[in-house]
Amino acid sequence: MTGIGWWGVPLAVLAGAIRLSTPFLFVSLGECITEKSGRINLGLEGILVMGAMVGYAVSYRTGDPWVGVFAAGGAGFALGLMHGLVCSLPRVNDIAVGIGLMLLGTGLAFFLGKPYVQPEASMLPSLPLGAWSTFPQVRTALGVNPLFVIGLALALGLGWAFRHTRWGLVTRMVGDSSDAARAMGYRVPAVRTLATALGGFLAGVGGSSLSLYYPGSWTEGLSSGQGLMAVALVIFARWDPLRCFYAALLFGGASALGPALQSIGVSGGYYLFNAAPYVVTLGIMIATCSPRRTLAGAPGELSINR
Amino acid sequence: MTRQERGAAAEAVVLPVAALAAAMVLFGLFVAALNQNPLEVYALIYRGAFASAFSWQNTLVRAAPLILTALCVALPAQVGLMMIGGEGALVLGGLAAAVIGHFLGGAAPLAVELAMAAGAMAVGAAWIGLAGALRHYRGVNETISSLLLTYIAIAVFNHLVEGLLRDPASLNKPSTMPIGEANMLGHLPGLDVHWGLGFGVIFCVAMYVLVARTTVGFALRIVGGSGRAARLAGLPVGGLVLAACGLGGAAAGLAGMVEVAAVHGTANASLIAGYGYGGILIAFIARQQPLAIVPVAVLVGGISASGGMLQRRLDLPDATVLVLQGVAFMVILASEALYGRLKIFRPAA
Repeated sequence: MTGIGWWGVPLAVLAGAIRLSTPFLFVSLGECITEKSGRINLGLEGILVMGAMVGYAVSYRTGDPWVGVFAAGGAGFALGLMHGLVCSLPRVNDIAVGIGLMLLGTGLAFFLGKPYVQPEASMLPSLPLGAWSTFPQVRTALGVNPLFVIGLALALGLGWAFRHTRWGLVTRMVGDSSDAARAMGYRVPAVRTLATALGGFLAGVGGSSLSLYYPGSWTEGLSSGQGLMAVALVIFARWDPLRCFYAALLFGGASALGPALQSIGVSGGYYLFNAAPYVVTLGIMIATCSPRRTLAGAPGELSINR
Repeated sequence: MTRQERGAAAEAVVLPVAALAAAMVLFGLFVAALNQNPLEVYALIYRGAFASAFSWQNTLVRAAPLILTALCVALPAQVGLMMIGGEGALVLGGLAAAVIGHFLGGAAPLAVELAMAAGAMAVGAAWIGLAGALRHYRGVNETISSLLLTYIAIAVFNHLVEGLLRDPASLNKPSTMPIGEANMLGHLPGLDVHWGLGFGVIFCVAMYVLVARTTVGFALRIVGGSGRAARLAGLPVGGLVLAACGLGGAAAGLAGMVEVAAVHGTANASLIAGYGYGGILIAFIARQQPLAIVPVAVLVGGISASGGMLQRRLDLPDATVLVLQGVAFMVILASEALYGRLKIFRPAA
């Protein structure tokens, strides 16, 4: 037997974490940009599903999955722009608009995506990072989604950009104190709208990872709520792009743990494992908040901090 | 009514209706771009939602849980909180109702139904009350905590329904033990609609009276306007916050009980149908007014009820009604910006 026995569990969790974390990574980076500018977009779930559909349809039409990825990002940008513009109107609540966008995005995706449920689009190729190993399990496990690598680079790049570039500093200032930003002559609604649209772009790309890599098809049940969880993930990561990467790996790993344990005969507690990240996030919030102090690292203008 | 009040009342009716009309024009353009006749689509939506006794029944059955989950947003909103965790309270309330219904199975049906309703409301109230307490005593943002609590509730629900509480006879769709045919909620007198709708309407009227016509309601709205002012006036702010959250959670828990005891007969994954999220939008469109929730929920229920008709007659996907709802919600939410800005509703005093 060439099997790797019990080692299969950590390997399956690692592989699953890498495979399942890519959509988490992109939606959380997108939400991170949006929240850094002082707005919250609960509609990333709709954008994710729309991105999955558009990516799949365009890849099928053009035969090039990378065109699909960009089209998915474009669709996400458009929906994010809509959220940003509507929320720039006075007295419009960003959380309610986000939930409306969730409904609109999934509705549009299911409506327009109906003809693409059957045909087979060309998929993204996987990067063979496990080619050094003789075990076929290791090779399959380490065939990595190229978007995962791009997402990691993006997390590093965004973390640097928030600290060291003019754009990053302006975004953070708008998110921390709109008064200061106005005094400096920046247009607060414009910055926030752009940040929401960019966040939408990333969430759309995350959706295309679902339909063009894993699970790698377009169906109405494709997303299992990864877009909704983005908000929890970003809080868990304390608004830091690199920590978003770790958090996405953790959430992906938690989702992979259940099936991995089931494959060796342990089935109890599957759902409770899935909920572990939320319990930890809530625990962190309870431990670090007080009536006089909000979460460390949270943008000051965020409606959820008031 | 003074002229100002009349103006404000007219504004509260005219603006949402105008926004809905604008949304219908937008959606009509969308449909026309796909080579369908928008007028025909709207005629079919009307027929599927409101034209016959059967379609009214379908509409009202869908509206019932939405009315209750919308209250789970509108009541905490009176004290200035933005709760989005109705889904979790609904799911756990439904589970509690299913368990109580099964274990009390042999008792008199009315007693079982009352126990199910009371248990579901208690569980829902505790769940949303927890988010309210975390907010008041620890400063944890209630929007986020109630969202996290929803995921936790769904995980606990799935864990119990697929484990400890699973009916061994439910093979393909893990469910709890059935509560028994005798314990199912009956229909409203003279209607083919279950009592859930009655519960929703009664709850809304009661909450309207509480919020708009009693001193407790006045105190709630003071807390919502300014917690500092409320404390200075000597109001028990913590108790009021917990009461508003608890009542909202009780409404959402009752929605779960209604879905179990009037529709499914058991608790299973069908409970996780997004009623909690639908309720958030309804509460916002109703501008957090308990009485306005009922017509808005009936309208939304009607639009979703007409999906089947569009599919059968025009071969449109069932997601068509989701698109219409999404467009309508976005336009109506955006119209919020117009309140107080139009001169015709502001007669010179």
